Amino acid sequence: MTILETSGLTVTLDGQPLVHDVSFGLAAHDRIGLIGESGSGKSLTALALLGLLPPGMRTSGRILIDGQDHLGAPDRQWQRVRGRTASIVFQEPQTALDPLMPVGRQIAGPLRLHQGLNRSDAERRAIEWCDRVHLPDPARLVRALPHELSGGQRQRVALAMALACRPRILIADEPTTALDVTVQAQILALLDELIAETGVGLLFISHDLPVVAGLARHLLVMRNGRLVESGPVDDVLRRPRSGYARQLVASAATVTRLARPAAREEKKQ
Amino acid sequence: MSTPVVEAVDTVTAPATRRRPGWRSPSLVVGAALLLTVLALALGSLLWSPYALDHTDPAARLTGPSAQHWAGTDRLGRDQFTQLMLGARTAVWIGLASVAVAFAIGVPLGLLAASTGRFVENAVIAVIDIVIAFPTLLLAMLLVTVYGASTAVAISAIGIGVSAEVARLTRISASRVFTQDYVLAARTCGTRPLMILVRHVLPNIWPTLLVQATLAFGVAVIAEASLSYLGLGTPPPAPSWGRMLQEAQSTVSVAPWNVLLPGLAVAVTVVGINLLGDGLREVLDPQLRQERRAAQR
Amino acid sequence: MLGYLARRVAWLLGSLFVAGSAVFFLLRVLPGDPAVTLLAVGSSPDQISTIRHQLGTDRPVLTQYGHWLGDLVTGNLGNSLFTQTPVLDQIVGRLPVTVPLALSAFVLSIVVAVPIGVFAAVRRRGLLGVAVSTLTQLGIALPIFWIGIVVVWLVAVQWRALPPGGFPRTGWQEPGAAIQSLVLPVATLTIAQGSVLVRYVRSATLDVLSQEYVRTARSLGYSLPRALWRHGPRNGAAAVIQILGILLASSLLGTVVIESVFALPGLGSLLLTSVKARDLPIVQGAVFLMTATVLVVGLVVDLVQRLVDPRLRARA
Repeated sequence: MTILETSGLTVTLDGQPLVHDVSFGLAAHDRIGLIGESGSGKSLTALALLGLLPPGMRTSGRILIDGQDHLGAPDRQWQRVRGRTASIVFQEPQTALDPLMPVGRQIAGPLRLHQGLNRSDAERRAIEWCDRVHLPDPARLVRALPHELSGGQRQRVALAMALACRPRILIADEPTTALDVTVQAQILALLDELIAETGVGLLFISHDLPVVAGLARHLLVMRNGRLVESGPVDDVLRRPRSGYARQLVASAATVTRLARPAAREEKKQ
Repeated sequence: MSTPVVEAVDTVTAPATRRRPGWRSPSLVVGAALLLTVLALALGSLLWSPYALDHTDPAARLTGPSAQHWAGTDRLGRDQFTQLMLGARTAVWIGLASVAVAFAIGVPLGLLAASTGRFVENAVIAVIDIVIAFPTLLLAMLLVTVYGASTAVAISAIGIGVSAEVARLTRISASRVFTQDYVLAARTCGTRPLMILVRHVLPNIWPTLLVQATLAFGVAVIAEASLSYLGLGTPPPAPSWGRMLQEAQSTVSVAPWNVLLPGLAVAVTVVGINLLGDGLREVLDPQLRQERRAAQR
Repeated sequence: MLGYLARRVAWLLGSLFVAGSAVFFLLRVLPGDPAVTLLAVGSSPDQISTIRHQLGTDRPVLTQYGHWLGDLVTGNLGNSLFTQTPVLDQIVGRLPVTVPLALSAFVLSIVVAVPIGVFAAVRRRGLLGVAVSTLTQLGIALPIFWIGIVVVWLVAVQWRALPPGGFPRTGWQEPGAAIQSLVLPVATLTIAQGSVLVRYVRSATLDVLSQEYVRTARSLGYSLPRALWRHGPRNGAAAVIQILGILLASSLLGTVVIESVFALPGLGSLLLTSVKARDLPIVQGAVFLMTATVLVVGLVVDLVQRLVDPRLRARA
């Protein structure tokens, strides 16, 4: 059953459309990849889906969450959805976490907020979650501050925070872009594992086609604020219909081809 | 004496708007208008004033505003509007001169600290910190004790007091430029330090300094008024808003209106220059401009 | 932390030394003979040499400098030129007026300004938020003595609710009268300092609000006020503490002007009358003590900041 569905979603700034007429739906176990160049409006779409757009931007269309239209809903109504029905993981774990709050308390926060756990229960659950996202020595690590962790560890903490209250939808907005390539692969593997375990519906946003293709089953391609293509990953990769999707696929192939000999040469040196 | 307030730049949650041309910044326009009023009074006083400065009208003491005396008279029967116009001249002159002194000391000091090695830099930072801790008012008091109250003492005290902040800001913004890749590139190419200063550093920091100059002017105008109020500023007969207030305080129970205008004059000047500074910051600050452009996406 | 403390204290002592030297050299080495400037025109050579002897300016500059520094260390600030009483006693005698005045204005402005500043940031586009911004802009632009005069006119002259100035001759032996005479000065200083603090708190809050971790909190279901409560205090504290240091120093200096407006017999008015009477030992002693206070406050601020922000500790 579809949990989150948007139709005709349009975001405008000073009358200028930044996201135009975007429609799609997301159910449990879905893995949708949203791909597009920077400035194509994909992050704005993600923020709009949780009602987090900065003031001054106007939205129209519909955002149905469990069948109820949330577009333009008061913040109080959104607060019941965020973290509980749907969560988001942002690109930059360095800034998305409070630099001065121990990470355990940051994970425990939403548990206390939504499930009314007391401090020690929430703390225990935070330790469990640190274990689930494979952070080393969880009992000690929950007392660490974000700057004492590596970038990959920070993103694991962010994932634990987002999933702590067992949402049914997870939006991941370029969650690996800020990380080293090897760490990137580890986070992707973790994400794959967690969504398989929890059955959470995933909307994975990226500008990087190979990254998206590895995780998603369905692809949405966005350009200049519009969806230009939508279909199963294999179809889009093999038979891209829009000119833009063709370019994306071709350039990804070129990069892969170029990268291989270069890698070999490095080894020789 | 007030401390210049620097507003945090409100970016992420700022209302997303597209960039407007500078002349449409409301702060800039309102600030410039207020300041022009004060400048008109100050410059106008060179050509004309309702009465001569030393003109007293013993028959009309402490009168309220009237057709003869637009802003009333004080306890000696002096025309308050005349005093106000000439006071504007004092305020603007001491303000400008103090800012000039502050920049003449602060900018070279800041650049010196930013462009030299650790030892000189640390020494200059130490001096700046101590001068910042050494308040303008106390400096003025020390100087007045030795030399007596005079315009020159007021200008030196305010100028030196403000120069520490100017030096601090110059050093910080210049150091930021010095660590940029294009400066490193220029250095690698063997460009002389002076050339780097002229070609890269100054063009990048002058907007910051200009905004700082507006803040400093506001601080100087308040400092001048405070010194004159305490009797440590420009000595009579030169008129000053601060001394007008000091004289009006003694007659406040019978002539409260005499207090209003000089205070308002200081406020208009300072609010005007602060708004102008805010507006300039919006228009000039390259980082802010970039962030605004980013917000359009 | 201990190593840092040692370095910071050494730095403070160095600053005190420089400040003490600056006070000395500003007064002695600049052109002109203090003894001559201090006396009225037409004084006899005898009078001049008496003053020179009192000031010690008949000795070589370096000897004087050594004495001045030595006296500073031992707390001997010399005697007043006119009353011949020790400077330190005069200063200490004025503290019962100045310290309560500065401290209560400082505390009161925190109590009033922090909530207002946070409110103005959260509601910055609302009518009240804009009103707060406008009023504090005025509060900063208006000279503090003007605010004082208006307060006196309103409360003391129009309503006759409180005395317009002065302090009971017997001081704190009459606590009621002493407190009454401090109400308006404290209120005036609070308005002026509070305006500055509101703007700092407002911009520190705006800074926190613009951080991504607040967006993260909101994305997890926190309302904006709750997100601010969760992240604001620890992240805004460092900036606000620094401002509090500046504010405490400027409260102390503000007393110079405030005491003049309200005719209070405090340290500020001692300094002002001594400047006008050219009582050099009192001026240099009071100026040095005030500067030393500002420097010590700066030290405390730095230490508290490090306690609040563990990142600063990690960096050292």
